Amino acid sequence: MIRRRIFGAVPVLLGMSFLVFLLMQLAPGDPVTLLLGEDAEPHEIEQVTREWGLDQPIVVQYWQFLTQAVRGNFGESMRYGEPVTQLVAERLPATVELALASLLVAIVIALPIGVYSAIRHNSLWDHSGMTLALVGISVPNFWLGIMLIFFLGGQLNLLPVAGRLTYGVNVTPVTNLVLLDALIEGNLAGFWDAVKHILLPAVTLGTSFAAIITRISRSSVLEVIRQDYITTARAKGLSERSVIWKHTLRNALITIITILGLQLGALLSGSVITETVFSWPGIGSLLIQAITTRDYKLAQGVIFFFAMVYFVINLLVDLLYTWVDPRIRL
Amino acid sequence: MIGWRRYAKVFCGGVIVLLLVVCGLGAPWLAPYDPQEQSLEQRLRPPSLDLAENPHVMGTDNLGRDLLSRVIYGSRISLLVGAATVFLAGLLGCFLGAVAGYFGELIDETINKTTEIFLAFPFLLLAIAIMAFLGQGMVNLVIALVLSRWVQYCRVVRGEVLSLKEREFVQAARALGARDGYIILRHVIPNTLPSVMVIATFAMAVVIITEASLSFLGLGVPPNIPTWGSMLSEGRSYMYRAPWLTIFPGIAIFVTVLGINLLGDGLRDIIDPKLTRNR
Repeated sequence: MIRRRIFGAVPVLLGMSFLVFLLMQLAPGDPVTLLLGEDAEPHEIEQVTREWGLDQPIVVQYWQFLTQAVRGNFGESMRYGEPVTQLVAERLPATVELALASLLVAIVIALPIGVYSAIRHNSLWDHSGMTLALVGISVPNFWLGIMLIFFLGGQLNLLPVAGRLTYGVNVTPVTNLVLLDALIEGNLAGFWDAVKHILLPAVTLGTSFAAIITRISRSSVLEVIRQDYITTARAKGLSERSVIWKHTLRNALITIITILGLQLGALLSGSVITETVFSWPGIGSLLIQAITTRDYKLAQGVIFFFAMVYFVINLLVDLLYTWVDPRIRL
Repeated sequence: MIGWRRYAKVFCGGVIVLLLVVCGLGAPWLAPYDPQEQSLEQRLRPPSLDLAENPHVMGTDNLGRDLLSRVIYGSRISLLVGAATVFLAGLLGCFLGAVAGYFGELIDETINKTTEIFLAFPFLLLAIAIMAFLGQGMVNLVIALVLSRWVQYCRVVRGEVLSLKEREFVQAARALGARDGYIILRHVIPNTLPSVMVIATFAMAVVIITEASLSFLGLGVPPNIPTWGSMLSEGRSYMYRAPWLTIFPGIAIFVTVLGINLLGDGLRDIIDPKLTRNR
């Protein structure tokens, strides 16, 4: 079953790569002119066109793109003059750090509200929790980010609003995850500074996910709480605490963890906007820079990378799901 | 109690959506000023309720344009892009979903694989990617959003059609000699409409936020057309001097999306009461 799921992913990956390749072809203007400028000599244009293989039929171009992509080569950024893979690798830790921090924020907010709302189904707490979730889903996260910057960063001056560290605060890079590196170094001042910097972007990105997880955790707990084995557990005279913690939550967590896994992929893409709002130096802001400067090679590489990560996470969650719950067959 | 709440959601959501529609359609009559009219003497005037002193209720922007008028006109774009996307994505998704579910085999396999490819991209990223390469523009924006959203309809409709095609009324129509196209259009698709309606409502909310996000990033409609997202983007530069430039367009997006989500929640509870127990 697992093998079938993995092999089934191959055509999807091929289709995905073709779609990304196709998008590049739709880009307005000639990429060579973009690189060399309007004043380039015809022989220069011809030379670069040949070097890049742009004179080849589209199928050949796709094959070249695919074979290079498999080796992790997405070409060079037109703006930075560096390999796309290297640029993505440099920016990736910032995005991963932000995504994990946002997930943590989402879990800390959402799980208690969702679970308690289910336990107190149809109570005032439940209605308030669900109203809060509805509000969370409806708030555009870039606006929330701007408002947080304005009130907490600007008016109250409580938290920094841009970047990962204050200028002058140094953390020795080991993993390039600043929070982790500061802990490894034992640099508490650096750690605290990094926490203050990540707080607003993490809350911004985590809020809409918190709303989704609140709803999912509530409905999963409600689903489990109505099962016969919960009735049996209660009939046996088990305490309510034991029924909830040992029997209900454990089973409800299967669905919740699956959604959390899937959200991690979505968080990565959601980072595009949050990183732009907070000048966070991750791959989301790199993508927007690439788009605004018409650095199509870089944009193509980043988009393909995002899609790959999202796809792999989804696949892993699928596989993990069958492992955790054997009743599910792929 | 639950029934009352269900209708309350539909009512509140419906009223908000209705107001949005009225604002969008009646913008030329409701807006106190031309949204493009610049007046440098009036630039960055704060919101005021004293209309004799300052006639700009929501204040003005850096070019002296009336913010209330721009917010009212902005609803047009949200509404237009939202409705066009939901309709076209729904049409495409329902058609492909119905064909895949009804005919099965190779057609189903091909459409299924195509949906998997589109689902392999986070939907916001796909919209950003398409806009990045197609360039700004209303038509491009709708194309990008339709290509990002049709899959949801396709999946749901396919699932429903798989069960519907085994039902007696479809079998009876086939036994009476009805052609496949007729059966799909007359019997199958109409029976999937309740689910499609719920998806469409939620999709509208997502599309409005996505349109605003794309405009905020400078990837939406051209800058000369007032949209809530581009207003937020422009207002960001004056955030500390003129916070109203970011507060009001944001509230407009929030209230609109909240209204549509309320409507969607309520509709789903009414259409599928089984789900209400878990919600």
